[in-house]
Amino acid sequence: MAVSQATGRTLRVCALYPDLMNIYADRGNLLVLQRRCQWRGIGFELAGSGLGEPLDANAHDLFYIGGGQDRDQRLCAEDLLRSKRASLHEVAARGAVVLGVCGGYQLLGHTYTLDEQEIEGVGLLDVHTVRDPGPRLIGNIAIEVALGDGPDPRVLAGFENHGGRTRLGQRAQALGRVVKGHGNDGRSGQEGARQGATIGTYLHGPLLPKNAWFADWLIATALNVDRDDLSPLDDGLEREAHAGARRAAGI
Amino acid sequence: MSTLLAPKLALARAAGALSRLRGGGATSAPGKLLLRLEPDAIGALASRLDRGSVLISATNGKTTTAAMAASILEGHGLDLVHNQAGANMAGGIASTLLSAARPRGRIAGELGLFEVDELWLAPIAARLSGLRAVLLSNLFRDQLDRYGELETIADSWVSALSDGPARTAALVLNADDPLVADLGRDREGIADDSRDGDGRRVVYFGVEDDALALPGMAHAADAKHCRRCGSPYVFEAIYLGHLGRYHCPSCGQRRPSPTVRASAVRLDGVRGASFRLAIPTGEAEVKLSLPGLYNVYNALAAAALAVALEVELEEIVDGLQGATAAFGRAETLTVEGRETQILLVKNPAGANEVLRTLALEPGEHDLLGVLNDNIADGRDVSWIWDADYELLAGRVRSVTCTGTRASELALRLKYAGIDPPRIRVVDDLEEALTVAAADRPANGGKPLYVLPTYTAMLALRALLVQRGEAGSSWR
Repeated sequence: MAVSQATGRTLRVCALYPDLMNIYADRGNLLVLQRRCQWRGIGFELAGSGLGEPLDANAHDLFYIGGGQDRDQRLCAEDLLRSKRASLHEVAARGAVVLGVCGGYQLLGHTYTLDEQEIEGVGLLDVHTVRDPGPRLIGNIAIEVALGDGPDPRVLAGFENHGGRTRLGQRAQALGRVVKGHGNDGRSGQEGARQGATIGTYLHGPLLPKNAWFADWLIATALNVDRDDLSPLDDGLEREAHAGARRAAGI
Repeated sequence: MSTLLAPKLALARAAGALSRLRGGGATSAPGKLLLRLEPDAIGALASRLDRGSVLISATNGKTTTAAMAASILEGHGLDLVHNQAGANMAGGIASTLLSAARPRGRIAGELGLFEVDELWLAPIAARLSGLRAVLLSNLFRDQLDRYGELETIADSWVSALSDGPARTAALVLNADDPLVADLGRDREGIADDSRDGDGRRVVYFGVEDDALALPGMAHAADAKHCRRCGSPYVFEAIYLGHLGRYHCPSCGQRRPSPTVRASAVRLDGVRGASFRLAIPTGEAEVKLSLPGLYNVYNALAAAALAVALEVELEEIVDGLQGATAAFGRAETLTVEGRETQILLVKNPAGANEVLRTLALEPGEHDLLGVLNDNIADGRDVSWIWDADYELLAGRVRSVTCTGTRASELALRLKYAGIDPPRIRVVDDLEEALTVAAADRPANGGKPLYVLPTYTAMLALRALLVQRGEAGSSWR
């Protein structure tokens, strides 16, 4: 891994369908990335890519897609296949970060089912999402993740609210192990999926304000620097909010 | 059945009295018991009301709109049965009817005025054979863990209105909210020709004042796609959230022309608002003692309901001007000798209006934010990241955060650009209130603004009553 000072660099973020896929306060995730870069003297650029707009695979370091209403998610699924699939595969191949939350996670997989209809995803993650007759999986959640480059296992805490049940294929590993909550399907004890720097998760709430350490992991990975290269911040309130989210989940 | 109803009423009443003796607020407990004893209690008791019933629903402003409508209708000389405490699911409405029920099939009141939870509109409307009007005011993103998506609620409203008593009731709809206005599409042709009995009329209300238009759509805005064809709406003006003047370039759906309108709106900070009210029979100035554009919308909704019930302009104006804040909705109290205003904040659209109203007041503010994640608040607190707390950046002298998720609120304010040394977290509500009220600026005079979520507002109310700083009767 190339080691370099992060200061003076610029994190270029692209939000996919920011005006449609934003239902669970996804803006909070982008705001946390922005502020934590700015406080460190790292530049921050935010671009959006909406319906019908092409995606430049090389123009951004981190691609974000959030959750949306069913109708909007269907529109975005069609558009992803039509105008962004090839670019997103290029993005993943060059190791840039792709983060999908909730509906965005489902769209990164091979297929997901909506109202009995199977919708094709972009296939960046080897996962399938199906509907079960059971209730939506709703509540506070905490998972343990092992990212292999720090003091593992680390905890992510948040809130989940999804009807879909996601099953992992051979090539995807779970993002984490459920400590409290439902996770991918309420049964497997797994939550989220990861293939290289492409990550999907059901944790919103939003995810990054409650887990500032993970925001920093994403920034460092997207800039291809060591996490130790990110200057430390006064994270008193961040730690308290993380503790509050863990307590809400019951750990 | 009425012969069998009397002992059930007595039993439910006794249980309610017992629960109050044990110190419970219990606004909906006796009604819940009554509904277990008699599932059609709401229909049976409401059928005793000579003038029938009206229903009010919305994401935001139900309680205040109903309070304003009550002020108008009482001035008009009607005796109301009104769930004014805001308990707006079946149990709360049954409790209200139970308290008004009298022996021998009578009831103390002529007209039922019920605010109803969005998801309870359909089942309640189906029970009210004398339903005269349904007022639907807005749909905003709210408690996704409980309500689900907005379109789901809109769909449930469509079926609520197409069946049973609601099919012939007058509809009073916000023309500025595309999700709500579209509910009137099948009834428009028969709008004004049915003055005999108010069946199947539609009364639209809306704001017409381009000076209020926002530069763009708020981040948390929702209704972006045409209900009829799915194409994106084009907004010529946006007043609040997704409320504004819009049309669909693809199928031609557009905002209906409202017959009840507000123009020349003036917002007087947190103290009040005024506007020119137009109804089909005339126009008049209205001066509200409640602040913000959101309360202008509430007033307009109440006025339109009164128009549907054929109340005269003068009585509408008097009723609106005489309306005061419901508890926690821009109510002003004295805490530790300091003027304290409580502004309920429970979802992004409502929060944005409160924040926008606060930003109209000059200078730096002292705030107490109370964020709870109980079931009635929504367990998911992510909504605070959709609300534009950025409006407070540079405008906060001190902010105290408390409630079950106090630290999350504190973090939100930090990322909104409020200087961290000005933010403090105090877990205990009473201690937080005391600390916040006591921390005054040197010049002393400015009020403390309290921004609680719903259960936080109830907890705050109980605390203030206990301390003798608020009256104990539900209003």
